[in-house]
Amino acid sequence: MALQQGFADPVHDAQGVFRAALEGLSRPALIRSLPTKVAPPPPLTPELAALALALADADTPLWLDPPLAASEAVAAFLRFHTGAPLVSNPAEAVFAIIADPQNAPDFAAFAQGTPDYPDHSTTLILALGHLESGTGHAFSGPGIKGVARLDAAPVPADWQERLGTNHAGFPLGIDLILTAPGRIAGLPRSTRLLQPAEV
Amino acid sequence: MSPAAALPQTGYNFAYLDEGTKRMIRRAILKAVAVPGYQVPFAAREMPMPYGWGTGGVQVTAAILGASDVLKVIDQGADDTTNAVSIRRFFGRTAGVATTTRTAEATVIQTRHRIPETPLTEGQILVYQVPIPEPLRFLEPRETETRQLHALAEYGLMHVKLYEDIARHGHIATTYAYPVEVAGRYVMDPSPTPKFDNPKMDDCPALQLFGAGREKRIYAVPPHTRVRSLDFEDHPFRVQRFERPCALCGAEDVYLDEVVLDDAGGRMFVCSDTDHCETRRDAIAHGESA
Repeated sequence: MALQQGFADPVHDAQGVFRAALEGLSRPALIRSLPTKVAPPPPLTPELAALALALADADTPLWLDPPLAASEAVAAFLRFHTGAPLVSNPAEAVFAIIADPQNAPDFAAFAQGTPDYPDHSTTLILALGHLESGTGHAFSGPGIKGVARLDAAPVPADWQERLGTNHAGFPLGIDLILTAPGRIAGLPRSTRLLQPAEV
Repeated sequence: MSPAAALPQTGYNFAYLDEGTKRMIRRAILKAVAVPGYQVPFAAREMPMPYGWGTGGVQVTAAILGASDVLKVIDQGADDTTNAVSIRRFFGRTAGVATTTRTAEATVIQTRHRIPETPLTEGQILVYQVPIPEPLRFLEPRETETRQLHALAEYGLMHVKLYEDIARHGHIATTYAYPVEVAGRYVMDPSPTPKFDNPKMDDCPALQLFGAGREKRIYAVPPHTRVRSLDFEDHPFRVQRFERPCALCGAEDVYLDEVVLDDAGGRMFVCSDTDHCETRRDAIAHGESA
C-alpha cells in the first residue's frame, strides 16, 4: 500500500499550522481557520495529521487513542512523516492524538508536568465534529478579553469536571488543542471554565 | 515598508534555522503560552551573532516568522541602530520577509529593551531579546534553588530587594528590569525595559514572547493578561516622569533619551521611539503645509 503524502511545502505549511496553534493557545476559545491539504489515512483527520507533522519529531513520543492505534496505516504514516516514537503509556507522551474524544482517557492519565518543570506535560490534540465560538461554555483567563464562549462536540460526559480539575492544578496540567474540519481552537491549562453563576 | 523579495541568500533554510530546531522552539513557545511567565528551557543554538546581540529573540522570531509577515526590529526604541539594522537585514536576506519601521504595519516586532509607544494591536507579536531571564538570579545564584522558589511561588526575596531599595533610597529605586507578576502566579523579568514600559504589558492586545539565547529560556505573556508590577501598599508602583516634552516632536508621556550635544553641558531630550517621533513630526509638517 502506498504511503500518503505529507505537507506539499514542509517549511511553510508547518509554519502556517504552528501559527494557527500558537494563535489558538494564546487566545483560548477563539476559533482560527486551519486549512490543510494533507490527506492522511482514516481515522486520522487532516487537521490531526497537519498538527502532528508540524510539531512532532523523534524527540516527542506520541500516544494514539485506540481507534488510531488500531490502524496500521495511521501508525505507518505518522512514523514515516514525523519519526516520532509511538508509545502505549499516555503518561510518556508529549502529544496525544485523539480521534475519538468522547472516549478519551481521563486527563490525569497523561503527563501533568512537575512543580519544577510544568512544561513536561502532554498536549492533547482532539478531532471534534463541531467547534463553534460565541456559544456554549464560558471561559476566562490569560489570552481572553473578558469572557469567551466555546461550544465543542462530541466531548466526554464529564467534560466540565475534567476542565475544572485540570485548571485547578495550574501550573501543572495538560493543554488541549481542539480541531474540527478546517478549524482549530486552544484550551490551555491556564483557561478557567466559568460556572453559569459567574457569567 | 520594503516589500518581500525573492530570497537573496541561497543555501539557507527559510529564516536560517533548520526545521528540527524550529519545531523544538515552537513546542517551547506553545508551553510558554500555556503557562504564562514560566521560563521554558530550550536547546538554544549558536547563531551567527554573538551572545548579547539578541540570539534568543532571533531564534524565537525565526521560529514564528512566515512568508507573509512584516518584520520590525528595534534597539532601545530605535529602528536605525546597529543591532536593529543587522537583525532586520538578517531576516530580509535569509527569509525574504517584508520589513518596516512603522509599528502599525508590522505583524512581528523584535525588540531590545523597549515597547513601542504606538499601542500594539490584536494579531501582532512582540518578541523580546532577554539577557538574564531569571528575575531572582542576582538574589539566588543557584538554578536549582530559583526553580524551587518558582515552584513554590515563594517570592519573598524579591519583596525584600524592593524593600531594601526603600530603606536605602526612600523609594523603589529599581528603574529597569522591574519585576512583574504574570496572571497572578509567576514572577517574571520583563527584560531590561525601562519600568516606564511595564504598564504597557498589562492587558496588552498583542502576544509577547521572550527569548534568552545564552540562558536558553523562552517565556511568554498571552494577550489580555494581567501583568502587575510588584510594589507595596504604601509604596505603589510608579513610572518615572519627564519634565519636558521631546525636543523634536513635542510629545509628552513618552520615554525620552538624553542626547549630549557638546562638551559644554549642552543636551537635549528626544523620543527613544524613533518611529513614533518621525510619525508625529510628519503629521506636524503636513498639518502646517495644509
